[in-house]
Amino acid sequence: MKEILSGNEAIARGAFEAGCRVACAYPGTPSTEILENTITYKEIDSSWAPNEKVALEVAIGASFGGGRALCTMKHVGVNVAADPLFTLSYTGVNGGLVLVTADDPEMHSSQNEQDNRNYARFAKVPMLEPADSRECKEFTRLAFELSEQYDTPVMLRTTTRISHSKSLVELGERVTDLPEPKLVKNAAKLVMLPGNARLRHPLVEERMAQLSRDGSTMAINRLEMRDKAVGIITSGVCYQYVREVLPTASTLKLGMVHPLPHDLIREFAAKVETLYVVEELDPFIEEQVRAMGIGVTGKEIFSLCGELTPGRIRTAFGLPEAAASPAEKLPGRPPNMCPGCPHRGVFFVLNQLKAYVTGDIGCYTLGFMPPLSAMDTCICMGASVGMATGVTKVVSKEEQKRVVAVIGDATFRHTGINGLLDMVHNQAPATLVILDNRITAMTGRQDNPASGFTLMDEPTSRIDFPLLCKALGVRHIRVINPLDLEQTRRVLQEEMNRPEPSVIITDKPCVLVKREGVFQKGPVYSVEVETCTGCRACLRIGCPAIEWRPAGDGGRKGTAWIDPLVCTGCDVCRQLCKFDAIGRAK
Amino acid sequence: MSGRITNILLVGVGGQGILLASEILSETCMLAGFDVKKSEIHGKSQRGGSVVSHVRYGRQVFSPLVPEGEGDILFGFELMETCRSLPLLKPGGTVVANDLKIAPPSVLMGQESYPEGLEDRIEALFPGFLLVDGQGLASEAGNPRAANTVLLGAVSRRLDIAERYWLEALEKMVPKKALEVNKQAFMMGRAL
Ligand SMILES: Cc1ncc(C[n+]2csc(CCOP(=O)(O)OP(=O)(O)O)c2C)c(N)n1
Ligand code: SF4
Ligand code: SF4
Repeated sequence: MKEILSGNEAIARGAFEAGCRVACAYPGTPSTEILENTITYKEIDSSWAPNEKVALEVAIGASFGGGRALCTMKHVGVNVAADPLFTLSYTGVNGGLVLVTADDPEMHSSQNEQDNRNYARFAKVPMLEPADSRECKEFTRLAFELSEQYDTPVMLRTTTRISHSKSLVELGERVTDLPEPKLVKNAAKLVMLPGNARLRHPLVEERMAQLSRDGSTMAINRLEMRDKAVGIITSGVCYQYVREVLPTASTLKLGMVHPLPHDLIREFAAKVETLYVVEELDPFIEEQVRAMGIGVTGKEIFSLCGELTPGRIRTAFGLPEAAASPAEKLPGRPPNMCPGCPHRGVFFVLNQLKAYVTGDIGCYTLGFMPPLSAMDTCICMGASVGMATGVTKVVSKEEQKRVVAVIGDATFRHTGINGLLDMVHNQAPATLVILDNRITAMTGRQDNPASGFTLMDEPTSRIDFPLLCKALGVRHIRVINPLDLEQTRRVLQEEMNRPEPSVIITDKPCVLVKREGVFQKGPVYSVEVETCTGCRACLRIGCPAIEWRPAGDGGRKGTAWIDPLVCTGCDVCRQLCKFDAIGRAK
Repeated sequence: MSGRITNILLVGVGGQGILLASEILSETCMLAGFDVKKSEIHGKSQRGGSVVSHVRYGRQVFSPLVPEGEGDILFGFELMETCRSLPLLKPGGTVVANDLKIAPPSVLMGQESYPEGLEDRIEALFPGFLLVDGQGLASEAGNPRAANTVLLGAVSRRLDIAERYWLEALEKMVPKKALEVNKQAFMMGRAL
């Protein structure tokens, strides 16, 4: 049977067909939908971990226990999981282990565009790179087999255009002849102390050399001879663009991008007149081909930055550009926090208090944009807390009072807790605000230990943030309603002035939480036109439900208007109107 | 069908249901026996940013992205977003646009106004383009929320795929209780 699947759906399907038993991940665009699809197969135990390191460790445990295990994350997640990954390379596996890294060239929804093919080389593990959804499924199956055959974790790399594009996939059956998992002790292989690790390292090098040799005859590394004038080595979505733009060129399509199949590359290079590498981001393949002593063109004509597109490849090869109409000058349409988002009031107040906000990653990062304009840094998940501590170490006592770290509940659990431990242990006089909206909102509302539900939708314990902070040694812990601007301002001011670490926890859910009894829509608000003076105070929170309506006839300045279909009744705008023009709609 | 690929772009604002419309479209292409690929960026859609979805079908499709300036049909759910994506179309391409206007943040806050005369700008570049009162027709069909299906109907007339595949895809993808209204909305659009 054929279905149209996204790359992510196809990877989930591939894991199912491969007999995978455990899938563990941390959400992150563009990888998130893989686990959201493995849950549709009851044979796979799917779960969200609090961060990528834990996710990989769960998968390693499952593999050592004898089951096939899948672990998925976005590219920056591998930075977090790198510690176990590098030593897992030495131990190898028991049940097959596949680690998916979903890269994001062009940074459609990421803070950097690191090229994770470098991790495969750095950690000395093989990496497969599919070029469409059919290959996503097939390569996932193959990755599990290679993992067991070569005793190695296998990385599968996608990019946003592979993860989020859909194409036709032929479905297969789940393999059933895998051995039953059971506990087997094997310390020499699995206990990586120096004595054991020294014995494992040469095996790793042999494994990679063997894979490179075998790669030349693997079906997924495919030599396609067409016109011999131009030969292109490529992989992933770039292969599709090359076929589109240069249909007559010969191609060496690499399904395994690490280790490279040297013999096959030599054979291809000898057959074509001019050799090119078409790859996004780093000259990963190009440099290795060059190191083999083969002349090749790559980054001379392609950028090191951003993703490739058919048009960019056309330009690089000097082909004529399509005759398109010119771009129109139009107002932009950036994303915005939802109407009634509990984060909005906090940033409004932080702006008023002229706080220096070390920020973090989540929906609340939008708090850096006007009109809220109240976030001053954003580096990576969890960074806000340690950075606030660092800032207080160098600025004056007066300026220390302005330093506030802001972090979401999911991000706090991910890698923020360690930062708070440090802030308390070293008594940094900063304030930490934990925005507990009960969900991982940014990546599409995944459950987490703050929501009290698992990925499989089963109720579980809910993290008690005040108690956790208390246990870490925080002496000043305040819980506030972020929709109450007066309370938010008062508490923030008090804690900012305090020359000790303190934590403020906001307690209102994301408006998009669907689970019953969590978010409750309030009564819709409206503006009384006669009373509105046109002062625009309510526009300073940037709620998408509030619209400025300029007066047509010149007399008055204009008035605000609230869209009743969009307003969620959070009450924040009412608190901003000095003239009592905003109230519950009658 | 020869080796020719048909390139369709669906554009609008996050939350308008563009992803579902492009799913129905690609399902239809598959049912009609074509190779099909579709691509879009998730994530921004949730919080009201611009959304562009690419659907390509034919005998064999390579790139999931419509090459720049080679779009055959632009299917716009919102007027300003339709205008923004015109450069993706080939000269002489077809534009089917919903007449809906959704104000972006800068307009809501009164810093800019929603641009005037967008219809004329589109008309100047793509004469004879189809402007659809999606909401109006959908209300006639029984539910203003079926506006996307009206547009889908209008687009369907301009593609070489038999009606039964469209209806089959609707039956597969639209929840049962909304199916009749959507079929009606589709047929109204198809008559345009
Ligand atoms: C290492 C890493 N993993 C995953 C992500 C993707 N990601 C961005 S924000 C976020 C979580 C946001 O949740 P939360 O902190 O609760 O804030 P909210 O969006 O709910 O406001 C995730 C998982 C990332 N940027 N970096
Ligand atoms: S999804 Fe939730 S947290 Fe994100 S902007 Fe909307 S209300 Fe706020
Ligand atoms: S009450 Fe005011 S601020 Fe809250 S959602 Fe409605 S219009 Fe927006």
